[in-house]
Amino acid sequence: MSESTMKRHMGLRTSRAISNTAIHILLIVISVVWLIPFVCIVLQSFRVEGTGPVGYIIPKQWGLDNYSRLFETDFPRWYLNTFIAALVTAVFQTIIVLCMSYTLSRFRFKMRRPLMRIMLILGMFPGMLSMIILYRVLKDLGMTQANAVPGLILVYIASSGMGYYVSKGFFDTIPMSLDEAARVDGATRAQVLYKIILPLSKPIVIYTILTAFMGPWGDYVFARYISFGTSAGKNVAVGLYDWLNKDQISKNYTMFCSGGVLVAVPVTVLFMCLQRYYVEGVTGGAVKG
Amino acid sequence: MKQYSDLEFLKLSKGQKFLYKLRRFFVSIPLGIAHFFMKLWALLVQGVQALGRELKEIGGTFAHGDWKTKTSFFVMGFGNLARGQILRGILFLLFEIIFIGYMVLSGARWLGMLPTLGTEGPGKVYDEIYDVYVTSYNDNSFQILLYGVLTLFFIVAFIYTWRVNVRQNRMAEKILASGKPLKSGRDDLHSLVDDQFHKTLLALPVTGILIFTVLPIFFMILVAFTNYDGAHNGYTNALFTWVGLDNFNTMLSWDVTGGAGTQSYAATFGEVLIWTLIWAFFATFTNYFLGMFVAMAINKKGIRFKKGWRTILVLTIAIPQFISLLYVSKMFAKNGIINTTLLDLGLITKALPFWEEATWARVTVILINIWIGIPYLMLITTGILMNIPADLYESAKIDGASGWQQYRKITLPYMLFVTGPYLLTSFTGNMNNFNVIYLLTGGAPTNPAASSAAGTVGYTDLLITWLFKITMGAETQYYLASVIGILVFVVVALISLIVYNLLPSIKNEEDFR
Repeated sequence: MSESTMKRHMGLRTSRAISNTAIHILLIVISVVWLIPFVCIVLQSFRVEGTGPVGYIIPKQWGLDNYSRLFETDFPRWYLNTFIAALVTAVFQTIIVLCMSYTLSRFRFKMRRPLMRIMLILGMFPGMLSMIILYRVLKDLGMTQANAVPGLILVYIASSGMGYYVSKGFFDTIPMSLDEAARVDGATRAQVLYKIILPLSKPIVIYTILTAFMGPWGDYVFARYISFGTSAGKNVAVGLYDWLNKDQISKNYTMFCSGGVLVAVPVTVLFMCLQRYYVEGVTGGAVKG
Repeated sequence: MKQYSDLEFLKLSKGQKFLYKLRRFFVSIPLGIAHFFMKLWALLVQGVQALGRELKEIGGTFAHGDWKTKTSFFVMGFGNLARGQILRGILFLLFEIIFIGYMVLSGARWLGMLPTLGTEGPGKVYDEIYDVYVTSYNDNSFQILLYGVLTLFFIVAFIYTWRVNVRQNRMAEKILASGKPLKSGRDDLHSLVDDQFHKTLLALPVTGILIFTVLPIFFMILVAFTNYDGAHNGYTNALFTWVGLDNFNTMLSWDVTGGAGTQSYAATFGEVLIWTLIWAFFATFTNYFLGMFVAMAINKKGIRFKKGWRTILVLTIAIPQFISLLYVSKMFAKNGIINTTLLDLGLITKALPFWEEATWARVTVILINIWIGIPYLMLITTGILMNIPADLYESAKIDGASGWQQYRKITLPYMLFVTGPYLLTSFTGNMNNFNVIYLLTGGAPTNPAASSAAGTVGYTDLLITWLFKITMGAETQYYLASVIGILVFVVVALISLIVYNLLPSIKNEEDFR
């Protein structure tokens, strides 16, 4: 190797080392920026002195006061509301989404394309618009205010068939020849579904359950409409939002933080356990559309 | 305008190519519109022709059919029953009985009241026993409209079922004439888990969509043509009624109605729409490019703890948005942690107006949205980046391409091609991104000139948050909310239509099978 090429190699190596160091530093900065708000929430939730917002992060006096105070409010009720809604939604939404996406991926029938096109067009209307009428209808049925959970569940699951894109993308990747082979062997369409396709679809089933379960924890709009004017029917998002109102923030700010921690921890733990499936679902299906 | 052949086009310089493409695009707009209307006309003609064929077939069935078929025109399912298809026959008959029963008992009444939406509002009635006037509630406009629409849906369903009934009779006659047996009820049930399995699977999801999406949307479109609001709720205070296009005229008129210093509805709507589009543009593309950048940084050779960086970012997806967004919005408040820290460090002398001034607030929401969006985009792009064939980069390197050139010539075109449809849905999704705006600012700071408009319009309000505020505010002008909803739909549909036609390829979903 001549001296000049050696030099070039050295130069390349050092320049790569420099750029890699720069990227490492950048990634550290990014991680810090992304985690700071969450660290702040956790720290603030343990602050004993004062209940309003303050200009420092690390509490002067540590304690669990904010957590114990939560149980004197309606928070446990909101938590239960959200949890029940999330659980039921996870079950039914998964069934509905899988039915829809499997059908659209596997069957070729006359109404298939029109159906997909209609759903595309329906998706362009702001969903919140239909809440006005749904609220009044559900109210007549007694499924609002204090009794909001069944109404909320109904709203969450009823139209969930429109969110079929990701799992349809997954089913599309399972070769049709599997179905055909089974059909030749005399299996009915239904048998093909639960004997052949479903066992292969574990990742997408888990992805669908996970996203369906997480949806209700973050929903603000629908829960706000349906629980309108009551405290007992709120979910955590609406309840905690109201704690940051101008007239409540000085009293409830640290409680917002502790409530937020209690909401975030279980959801996050569940999510991290099933992270692999989430990543697969997002990278596999979200883009294909 | 002169049209170049492929060869001539390749000879042009870069700038000329761009100008040529741009000119072509604008020239094609009128053509596209003309094309659209021609298509519409063709569809209309086709529709009329199809209707003619249907009528002819129905007439033919009646003329040539036997007495069983003829009776089925009036007693649905009679033919099925007479030919031994008991299950189908009973279902048809049952449907007809329910339909007629419903129409006689209540459907006809709702339909009759639909044109007026009720005539007798709530009033005072003298109660002889207690010697007081009590309020009596009479017509209910909301119910009339709702059940009127339901009845219309029901009638359409009935006509369709009747048509199926007629066709089945024709088919049954044909099959019997050719000497084959008809399907039994058992066969029908079996087919529901076999060749007709899709109907079983779709029954539940489609019913849900019909009742909870189609019906409400249809209803709300109708509401845009009424004066339904908090003061005319149709039952307890006053009836509401049809007002034609008045609401659209209000929303799109340039007349100033609110007094000095205020602006018209059209101006307010235009401002909010423009900000919505600007927001959607920046929210989509900042996230897209920065997310891609972070993904590439993590992917780069020689970077350690790849999994660790990804996990940290993915972690932030898990935490419900309302917690993080609400907290971050308080961090940026006047006396929030960011301002206090900066003041303490002596970097600024007075608090930065993150949420108090229009431009500050707009830039801040876009920046915070980057914080929200990058982890998700990082995930999406990581998968695609790994799919780019490595030999492309190898040969580029041998040819001496720099990192930036590789990105410009290989990575970016590939990414844009694959993620084109995603970018479109992401753009329209951001136009309706309620959570980020509402939880961060609630629309603040307030736009004083728009204060005459319904709801409190702020500088960071999107159309969707404006709509929400109208329906939740002191005077709930549902009709204006409906108008905004319809206009949002029009804008989103237009953008989708244009972009879909400009996309390099509309992927054929059967291609890879």
